[in-house]
This record gives sequence, C-alpha cells and structure tokens, in this order.
Amino acid sequence: MTTSDVRINEAGTEANRPLLEIRDLAITFNTSNGEMNAVRNAHLTIMPGETVAIVGESGSGKSTTALAAIGLLPSNGRVSGGQILLEGEDISHAPEKRMIELRGNTIGMVPQDPMSNLNPVWKIGYQVKETLRANGRPGGPDDIAKVLSEAGLPDAHRRAKQYPHEFSGGMRQRALIAIGLSCQPRLLIADEPTSALDVTVQRQILDHLEGMTSELGTAVLLITHDLGLAAERADKVVVMYRGQVVESGPSLELLQNPQHPYTKRLVESAPSLASRRIQVAKEQGVEATDLLAPASEEAAADNVLQIQDLRKVYKLRQGFGKSSDFAAVDGVSFDVKRGTTTAIVGESGSGKSTVAKMVLQLEKPTEGRILFDGVDTSVLKPAELFKFRRRVQPIFQDPYGSLDPMYNIFRTIEEPLRTHKVGNKASREKKVRELLDQVALPQSTMQRYPNELSGGQRQRVAIARALALDPEVIICDEAVSALDVLVQAQVLNLLADLQSNLGLTYLFITHDLAVVRQIADHVCVMEKGRLVETGTTDEVFESPQQDYTKALLNAIPGAKLMLPPQVA
Amino acid sequence: MIRFILRRLLQVIPVFLGTTLLVYFMVFALPGDPIRALFGDRPPSEAVIAALRRQYNLDQPFWVQYGLFLKNLFTFNLGVDFTGQPIAATLGRVFPVTVMLALEALVIQAVFGIGFGLIAGLRKGRIFDSTVLLASLVVIAIPIFVLGFVLQLVFGVYLGWAKPTVGTDVSWGTLLLPAFALALVSFAYVLRLTRASVIENSTADYVRTATAKGLSRPRVVMAHILRNSMIPVVTYLGASLGGLMGGAIVTEGIFNVPGVGQKLYQAILRSEGPTVVAIVSVLVLVFVVANLLVDLLYAWLDPRIRYEK
Amino acid sequence: MKSNQDTTHFVAPIEETPLLATDAVKMDQAPLSLWADAWKKLRRRPLFIVSAVMILVILVVAFFPGLFTQTAPNDNCQLANSDGAPSPGHPFGFTFQGCDVYARVIYGTQASVMVGVFAVIGVLLVGVTLGALAGFYGGWIDAVIARLGDIFFALPLVLGALVVTQLPFFRENRSVWTVIMIIVLLAWPQMARLTRGAVIEVRNADFITAARSLGVSRIQTLLRHVLPNALAPIIVLATMELGVFIVLEATLSFLGIGLPGSIMSWGNDISAAQSSIRTNPAVLLYPAAALSITVLSFIMLGDALRDALDPKSRQR
Repeated sequence: MTTSDVRINEAGTEANRPLLEIRDLAITFNTSNGEMNAVRNAHLTIMPGETVAIVGESGSGKSTTALAAIGLLPSNGRVSGGQILLEGEDISHAPEKRMIELRGNTIGMVPQDPMSNLNPVWKIGYQVKETLRANGRPGGPDDIAKVLSEAGLPDAHRRAKQYPHEFSGGMRQRALIAIGLSCQPRLLIADEPTSALDVTVQRQILDHLEGMTSELGTAVLLITHDLGLAAERADKVVVMYRGQVVESGPSLELLQNPQHPYTKRLVESAPSLASRRIQVAKEQGVEATDLLAPASEEAAADNVLQIQDLRKVYKLRQGFGKSSDFAAVDGVSFDVKRGTTTAIVGESGSGKSTVAKMVLQLEKPTEGRILFDGVDTSVLKPAELFKFRRRVQPIFQDPYGSLDPMYNIFRTIEEPLRTHKVGNKASREKKVRELLDQVALPQSTMQRYPNELSGGQRQRVAIARALALDPEVIICDEAVSALDVLVQAQVLNLLADLQSNLGLTYLFITHDLAVVRQIADHVCVMEKGRLVETGTTDEVFESPQQDYTKALLNAIPGAKLMLPPQVA
Repeated sequence: MIRFILRRLLQVIPVFLGTTLLVYFMVFALPGDPIRALFGDRPPSEAVIAALRRQYNLDQPFWVQYGLFLKNLFTFNLGVDFTGQPIAATLGRVFPVTVMLALEALVIQAVFGIGFGLIAGLRKGRIFDSTVLLASLVVIAIPIFVLGFVLQLVFGVYLGWAKPTVGTDVSWGTLLLPAFALALVSFAYVLRLTRASVIENSTADYVRTATAKGLSRPRVVMAHILRNSMIPVVTYLGASLGGLMGGAIVTEGIFNVPGVGQKLYQAILRSEGPTVVAIVSVLVLVFVVANLLVDLLYAWLDPRIRYEK
Repeated sequence: MKSNQDTTHFVAPIEETPLLATDAVKMDQAPLSLWADAWKKLRRRPLFIVSAVMILVILVVAFFPGLFTQTAPNDNCQLANSDGAPSPGHPFGFTFQGCDVYARVIYGTQASVMVGVFAVIGVLLVGVTLGALAGFYGGWIDAVIARLGDIFFALPLVLGALVVTQLPFFRENRSVWTVIMIIVLLAWPQMARLTRGAVIEVRNADFITAARSLGVSRIQTLLRHVLPNALAPIIVLATMELGVFIVLEATLSFLGIGLPGSIMSWGNDISAAQSSIRTNPAVLLYPAAALSITVLSFIMLGDALRDALDPKSRQR
C-alpha cells in the first residue's frame, strides 16, 4: 500500500471502475438546536485494492462520511444529498436488508477504540463465529482459529476461548481486524484503527493490516487525524475541514505541495513532520551537557530539580491476603536544569506519570530522593510543602477533567491566589485578567464555564491557573495529547513563549516523541519503570543508543517521509 | 469462578452476623424485661412467658444469648407463639405459600418489566416509550395496599374474573391476582432500568461493530443489546426480593393468603413481639442467601466480575 | 501507472471553504453555569412544570388546611352520616364513623408531608455525611461505613421497620417523630452508597488532583470541589425518596404500626376504610388518590431532575 506499485493492474481492465465513489455527499443531523449539516459536498473515489485516507480534526466529518458508506449513521443522522456508489450501485438510501447483505461480506469495518468495540460478555471466538455465520461462512473452531491467527494472534485456539478483558489493547485490535477481514470484504473501513495504542504496537498492527489487505486485494478507507500516518499508509489522501473536502490527491504530492490554506496549515503543524524545536528566544543558550555526569557543586545550583534513585513500589492484591510487589518506577535518576524543558517519554505502563506524581508530592516515593532547589522534598513540613506548591504546578492531560465544571473561569484561575491568600479581591481580579491575556484568551472568558470552552481553550485556562502563583517549575502530564493537531501546535507555541518570557522550567511527560522534538531540550526515555536513555533532544533523535529508543523513533508515523525543507 | 464464590461467601457471613445481631440487640439487649415489653399491655400466660425465657436464654450473658439465638435460628428452633404453638411448625406450613406467591410475582415483573422495557428502549422517544414511562411513574407512586384493594375490587368484585380472597384454596391460579398486585411495585423499576440500560447499550461501540459485521437486527438486539442489558436488571431483581417480602405482608393481608406475611401481620396486630422477631430473622436469612445467589448469577452474566482480582 | 482519476489533485475553492481562526472562543451565548443550564432545560419540561405546581399546591394544603375546608375533620362526626353519600359541602361523602372524607383528606396531608420532608432531611444528613467521608477518605473509614451500610441494607425496609416498632421505646412514644426516626435509621445506607459512589467518581478527576497540588486542604477539596460535583444524583435520589418515604409511612400506618390513630393521616384512614371497602369504596379511594398524587408529584419531579442534571445530556 505504501508504494503505488503494489497493486499494478491487479484488477486489469476493471481498474478504471471505482469500487467506491462518493459524490456530492451531504449528511444532516437533527439536533436539539435544529438541523446541522455535518458533511457537505464530500466526494472521494476508491479504486479496487487502493488505500485512501481521510484526514481531519475532530468534528471535520471524516468518520461520519465513512459511517455513511457502511450505513451506520447515528439514528439522528441521514444522507440528505448526493450518492454513495458501491461498484455503481447507489447505497446511500439502500434498504436495511441490502445493507445487512453488504456488511461483513463486501464492506468490513475496523473500529477505533479496541476497549469498547468488543462485547465484554462474549468470548472472542464467539464474536468471530457470529460474523462468519451471519455472512454464510463455516464457523467451526478451526475456521475461527484461522481467522484469528491470520490477524497475528498466536495460540489462536486458546485465545478464542478467552474474553476481551483478558486481552491487551493491541491484541483486541488484532481481534477486531480479524473480525473486519474475516469475510474477505472488498472494502475495509478502518476508523482510527490504532489511535488508542502505543506507537510501537501501532506500527506492528498497521504493518500487519497492510500486509493482509494487500494480499487479499482489499481496498482500505483509512480515517485518521494524523497526516503523517495517512501519507505513510495511503495512496491518496483526502483532507476534510468543517464537513467539506478541501483538498485531495496523491499522498506525497499533497504533502509536498499543499494548495489549500487549511492543508498548508495542517502540514506545517503536524508534529510528526516538523523536525525541530520551536525556536523562541532560546539563544541565551543552555549547553548540552551530559546529564548523566555527576553533578558538581556549581552545576547543582543550576539544577532546579534533582531526581535521585527514585523508586515506587505498589502492592498488587492477588486475593486472600496475598500480594506481590510491582515496581512502577525503578531506580530513576535525572536532573532538570532551570529554564529548560526536560521531557520524559514512554509508552503506557512506563512509569512516567508516576514520576510526575512524585515530583508533585502527590505520591510518596518508596525509595530515593527528589531535591527541589537543593532541598530534599521528602522532609518538608506541612507549611513548607504549602510553600513548595506555589513553586511547582501541574497541567494535566484531560482538558475535560482538569477544570471543576462547577467553577467559572474566574474562580478557577483565582483559586490558587485565594488559597495562598495572595492580594485582595481587586488585585486578584487584575491578576486573573493579566493571566488570561498571557494565555491569549479574551478577558470576557472569565464568566464562562468550562463546558462552554473547547479542549484547547480549557487547556489554556489550566495553564493560566498553573501560572497564577508565578511558579518556577511546571509539570505537564500529557498536556497536549488530547488536542487536535492545529490546537496542539498553538498550545505548544504558547508554552514555548511563556517559557522564554517567564524563565519557566518544564518537566514534560508525554508518549509522543514528535511533540518532544518540538518542545524539549533534554529527553529521558522510560520503559517499564526504568530509565533507558537520557540526553539532549538532538542526541537522542539523531543518534539513539538504545534499541528501545530506536524502535520508538521508527514508529513515529511519517518520520521517514521526505519533505521539502520549507515545511520541515 | 470458585474463588469468586468463596470470596462472596466470606463477605456474606459478616453481613448476616451483623444483621441478626442488630435485630437481636434491638429486641433483647435494651433495658427492662424484654419479654414483658414485647407484649405491651396484653401480657400472655405465665407458661408462655416461662417458655420464652427458656427460648431466649435471658439468664445468660449477652453473647451467649446471641450465640444460642443464632444456633436456634439455624436449627429452626424458633420457640412458641402466643398460644404456645411452635413457630417453626407454623412457618413450615405457611412458607411454601409465600414462596409460590413471591416466585409468581418475580416472574410477572421480570417478563413484563423486561419486555416492555426492551420495546420502550428500542423505540426511545416515540409514543409507546413516553406512555410506558409515564405509566410506570404512576405505578411507582401508588402504594401496594392501594393497588391491592383496587385490583381486588375491580377484578375480584366487579368483574368477577378471579376470587377476591384466596383463603385455604392455594394454587398458582388463585395466587395470580395477589401476585400481580405484589409484582406491580417492582415491575415499574424493572421496566425503567431495562429501558435505560437498553438505551445505553444501543449506542455502545460494540453494538455498532456487531451491526457492521453484517448481523441481522434481531440478532444484534438479542445477543448484544438485551444480553448486556440483563446485567444490572438481574441485580435489581435480586434486591427487589426484600421489597417483595415487605409487600407480601400487605398483599397477603388484603387477599387473605395464608402465607408468612399474613402470619407476621397477625402477630403484629396481636402484639406478639417474639413471633415477629423470629419470623423477621428467618426472612432476613432468606434475603441474604437469595442475594448471594443473585450475585453468583451476576458473575455468570458478566465475565469481567468473575476474574476480578 | 495510475489512472487519470487517481492522480487528480483536487483543491476546493477557497471562497467555499473559508479558513476560520483556530480555536476561537464562541461568544454568541450568555455564560451558563451547570445549574443555570439545568434550569433552562427544566423550564421547558412539562413533567417538571406539572410536578412543581402540584407540589406547591400540596405544600400549601399541608401548611394551611383551613384554607380548603370549613369543616373541622373530627368535630362534626355524626354516626347518622355513617358511610353517607356526597352531599353539598361534603363532596367526598362520609366515613363509617360519619366524618367528612374531604376534610380528613385535606387535614391528613400535613402528617404525610412532614414525615416525608423530615425523613429526607435526616437521611441526607446521615447518608451524605457518612457516604462522603467513606468515599473521599477511603481506607478503614470506608471499610467500617461500608460494612455498617451492608448490615442495614440486608434488612428490607418494611421488615426492619416491623422489628424496630416492636421496641418498647417506639411502642410507647409513637408519634410523627418516631416514624421519621425509624425511616432514617433504616434508609440511610442507600443514600450513603450513592454518595460514596458519586464522591469516588469525582475524587479521581484531574481537577481534584489540580486542587490538591495548589495546596487546597483535603477537607476544603471535599467541601468545595468534590461535594458540589457529586450533588446531582443526591438531589435526584432525595426527591424520589421523599415520595418513597411517604408511601412507607402510609404502609406502616396501614399495618397499624406507623402513626398513632390519633394523628390524622392518609395511611390511618385507608387502614380504617378497609372494613367498608365493599360497601363504600370511596372512603378508601379518596385518601388513596391523595396519597398517590402526592407521591407521583415527587417522583415525577425526581425524574425531571434526573434528565436535566444528567451530565451526558450536557453540551460539551
């Protein structure tokens, strides 16, 4: 699929007849605020065996368009115009009976979230079996095992007897791929098939999916928010923006020569494609000294945070009073220099968030020390801890969960000032206004409530709250991971500006190496609770020493795509 | 699975001990002569009082009293009632009647509650749904004794479709009317719970995926929507047993069903405290055991629970 | 290598797909707190309007029964009127004792409403406090409260009430307050469980961690952030329980172990009317209808509140 020559002339003379053609598609939703056009004038063409990607932000209509093609629009949505031609047959208003015939057999689907798309009460084997049976295929134990093992699940006979909750995320996604391809459909709709998974797993699964579909000659409609991933995996890319197709064309051409302003902006902001740190007034220059070198007295003064042999052990209950130890963080040491950004990178379960919690004094380390400004934080008295909290502030991942929905924005940002009894009512209001200016939100936002703001705006409010007490260190725990690409770029730029203006130190926790490249000076790579590699960002990205780091870097979608210099 | 059963059993024991202790403490450990106090202003004969003193070992220290009370409970040595009849024998006679009544009510509320709830949930927002929803509120609001009288009056007296009172003629048929009255209370809750859970599951990702696999609508509804919706409903049905027992007291009184409830009601009217305590203790035991069974059923329905921890 | 169609590089006309500023703040609506949002939704629901008006009327009847009838409920009972048919000034007829049914229904409101309101207040005080402590602090506090709740939970309401009413104290001092005490004693665990669940759900939210790392103390976090966010399901349950407790009081009175006969209440009247149900069902049906309508109002209000406060129905 990557290279266009995979499917040369596979379908011979039929190659000119599209498998799926969407023409002038319009989709309307009935909402409580009246009718809403979710998709307008959408059009795309998929030839047999071809992979086409739809790229867009959340709310761009990309998933809605794909769901319409398999007749699974939510009950308040309908196709209000245009055609969906499957080998010439318009299925946009086909009766349900016809759609049931087509689903599974002709059009398969691999859904987005592996955690919620398998029914928790049925065994995996049963969920494969009912697919095979519903599409008139034999569903014996061997047939089921064959389908599962083709999707890369080892020991398929035994696996078929297990329930979804006994599978890891990656294995569930493989099971879903097995189900989607079990009846050898001619078109597979893959809706963000790997966005919920770790990058290395994501890569394995996409490689496997690619291998299977090219072997079966299945055409793929890939829905993704990641332009890099789309360009890497698809022959053609369709860019959607606010319900409309703004640009479409061959992947590389579109990336190298974007025409529409939206596509241009998207290409510029895509973190997987940008290759350098956001440049601000960083020229005062923090030298890339080796972080692993023993800190001398002078150097130590410069280190605002020193993490020494940090270890966190949790007791895992195994029932009947037994328990086992699990080291979430094991022997982690690193320093954070004042005024720089240090990123901790790792996949889920690497212990990176636990480190953040311990630095924030929300969890106690089992062993090891955290020195803040040279003072051991574990011996702080309550009053000292209260002062420490002024100087170290967090920003969390989930922009929907990190603000109290009952507090308006003013109260949210004022809370740290009130808690620490800073100033009087008038001076606090002045400060809140200043903070809103700093994070580029209009002052009138003060009276709003979190549910009235978008994810990016909430994250700005969270930043303003973190800044209220003029802290020295900010811990960003996946602070931009939940945001759309353009918003993410905007927030990252804001963070970089604030750092250069206020001399802030960031400890940036993330799973996304591409983001690290944009923001960090130093990188610590964690795997299963251990620190596997540290270094300056350039060192780690250009000459990674450890296999794990290399695997992580390789897994960044679109990392190897050649791009013109003005974009990079 | 075995582990799960063991764990649940271990959890049930303290609850049962605590509940019986609570009941026992309230009745027997308060100051004053509990036996005389229990009978209020209508003291029974000295012979009965003496028998009761022996039954409840009031000359022993509290913990011994309680231990012997538990032992008596488990060996169904429940003492004698006002007239000197052994309570255990009476219970043995009336218990099957109440079990029949409760089972019939349970089946009625499950079948109608789940049935209507499923249809309403699948037709969310339509006329059927709104009607059923409003009707269920009305049913919840009408107390069981009012419902009982109304059913008795309409079907028993005016229409003559069923015998208004049961009396000694106990059968599934004659119990149908009281069972309906008893079922109506929880029926509305079962319906609403089923409806809510059907609506929630209908929009679940795995239901959409099931449809995308090419399954027919009836299969999606039965194997995925309804099957998953059963999990909370079964739990509720178990918890509703307590309500059924309370309701049985009223229903059996109205329809003159010779069951546990009626015995209890009579004991209350005649101020027979010890009999009330004995019967209630047995009912609590039944309730705790029934809930344990429901929990096991729940684990069977939801594999995630079975493997927890 | 590729067909013509394949290589088309399509660009939508820019005037048809104008580029908007990334992530602009929408300013077209007035700011709306969650409570204001819920109120806005409630105002339009017929279920809410009907139930709210009904509850208002019921409250007025409960506090000022004299406004609705000139007949004192007990004074003019004349056996000559026993089971009498409705007549001018006596729209519902007479009881077996010859009392005016309409007046008794009006005057019976107070007892039911009082039991309901005060029992709910008691359950809220006990249940919310214990549930919030258990959910927020966890550990042994949680274990003790949870086990205690389990024990009371295993005692079905009516059965538990039967036992409690047999106690000498409750037998000798039967009044509105003992009935309220019995209900609170037996019904708090449900409220505690619900509160505990809601508090645990909120406790794990990021904004709680954020407040803690700002230096907000634990008790302040509980009071200022956790409880306000856990309030919605508590309000819904409390409203519904108001209805349920009124039914419970009536059931106990019906069984002869609730309010003493000297207090005029619907449950007592229904109980007394049993004997003449075949000959004069109206005597039973009027207080029964009053009781049902009252309970229905509260349950409908609870249902309307549940819909309005449901976080899932909220705009993001």
